[in-house]
Amino acid sequence: MRYAMAIDTKKCVGCSDCVVACQTENNVPIGYCRDWVVEVMDGTYPQLEVELRSERCNHCENAPCVRCCPTGASHIVDGGIVLVTPNKCIGCGACIASCPYDARYPHPKGYVDKCTFCIHRVNQGMKPACVSVCPTKCMYFGDLDDPNSEVSIVLKKRKSKTLIPEAGTKPHLYFLI
Amino acid sequence: MNEELIISGRENLMVDPHLHIWHWPIPLYLFLGGLAAGVLFFAALYYLMGKENEYRSAVRRVPFIAPIALVIGLAALFYDLRHKAFFWQLYTTIRLESPMSWGAWTLLVITTASFIWCALHIREFFPNWDWKYNWLKELEVFFNKYKKHLAWVILIFAIITGVYTGILLSAFNARPLWNTSVLGPLFLASGLSAGAAAIVLASKNREERLLFTKIDLIILGVELFLIVHMFMGFLASTQVQIEAAGLFLGGEYTMVFWIFVVIIGIIIPGVLDLMELRGRHIPAVIPGVLVLFGSLMFRFVFVFAGQVSRWLY
Repeated sequence: MRYAMAIDTKKCVGCSDCVVACQTENNVPIGYCRDWVVEVMDGTYPQLEVELRSERCNHCENAPCVRCCPTGASHIVDGGIVLVTPNKCIGCGACIASCPYDARYPHPKGYVDKCTFCIHRVNQGMKPACVSVCPTKCMYFGDLDDPNSEVSIVLKKRKSKTLIPEAGTKPHLYFLI
Repeated sequence: MNEELIISGRENLMVDPHLHIWHWPIPLYLFLGGLAAGVLFFAALYYLMGKENEYRSAVRRVPFIAPIALVIGLAALFYDLRHKAFFWQLYTTIRLESPMSWGAWTLLVITTASFIWCALHIREFFPNWDWKYNWLKELEVFFNKYKKHLAWVILIFAIITGVYTGILLSAFNARPLWNTSVLGPLFLASGLSAGAAAIVLASKNREERLLFTKIDLIILGVELFLIVHMFMGFLASTQVQIEAAGLFLGGEYTMVFWIFVVIIGIIIPGVLDLMELRGRHIPAVIPGVLVLFGSLMFRFVFVFAGQVSRWLY
């Protein structure tokens, strides 16, 4: 099983609902966020092209944060989801420095926090909070190993890209372009 | 125009607007660790070469800096942890993939070994020292018997400590400025030159001072070569690394790097060392202090600038 997420950059309107849904669902401390929206503007007026991306932890297959963690607090669970065990984390910040996506932050309680792909919901057969709440339905979530999953189907149909594949991280967050 | 903006207002503390997760404790520790490694390296090396009596300061006296530096450095590292109560988790596992993990174990070995080395030479400073308890006296006899082995352990672990402080940073490919394998030897060289400078500062023996001035000069030359080498590597690499090098080549860290690290920390003390070796009398304190200062600044500049360099946005 390999969980992945695909985000349609053509359908996303940048409303940031995914960000608020995540903060509410995961009780993210005030002033922090586990996901965020990036707007890329290309060209010169009036020939402008916009790309909107809802970004979060890429749950990399070759995760630098897991490699550099000195205690094993950062780890990969079944389904390829990268998680942090708070009681193993010493808050050294190595994983935060190692993430080319800057997807991690130090929780005010001391340990490092990040997107969990809402594993607590996924384990109950639900979708991550950001995906469920998206008003334009531009986010797809599922198992890459299952050819009939929502995410496998959309990735087959559409062209997609990942962020900084040249960093060698093998990210599991796809952007439909 | 190509503009990338985070429009949902991400303001994660210590991550935005650019990474600043590691503050002064980290570069301070990297400096103290490098200094301790340098001092211990020369102590063990000259002991093993049988020059204990000729280079008394280097082998017997200056190593006392090492445990002090290491303890202050470890305290700084501990202070920097954000989940302090769980620090012991470092010592419940060995993760070879993580430089910080084997660094933590290396520090345990080198700190212990440096304390033992100093305990064996405590009479340099307190001639009438008495260990009081029998088991301590027996321990002293034991370590004196195996002093050569201890010196080998110190020599090897001093090199590992010196290199690891650089590898700690170079292992992060997320920060293009750190992501160069030159950093390992460069940090080792910087640590060794700081160690040699400390010996020059402390030694009262002219012959010993001249030897370590010579060593210091050679290492400073190597450092300069490695820095040039590093920039050549960056500029021949990918766009993100070209931009990372730009931080020192016209960017916001240009002045501090070239003035404090290269000119004040390497070139001026190098020239002064050369003048000393050519027979001009230079007060040893000047090049010594400059090298130590440059070595410290090098860590600060590198740790802070590295956190500014990035891939996205």
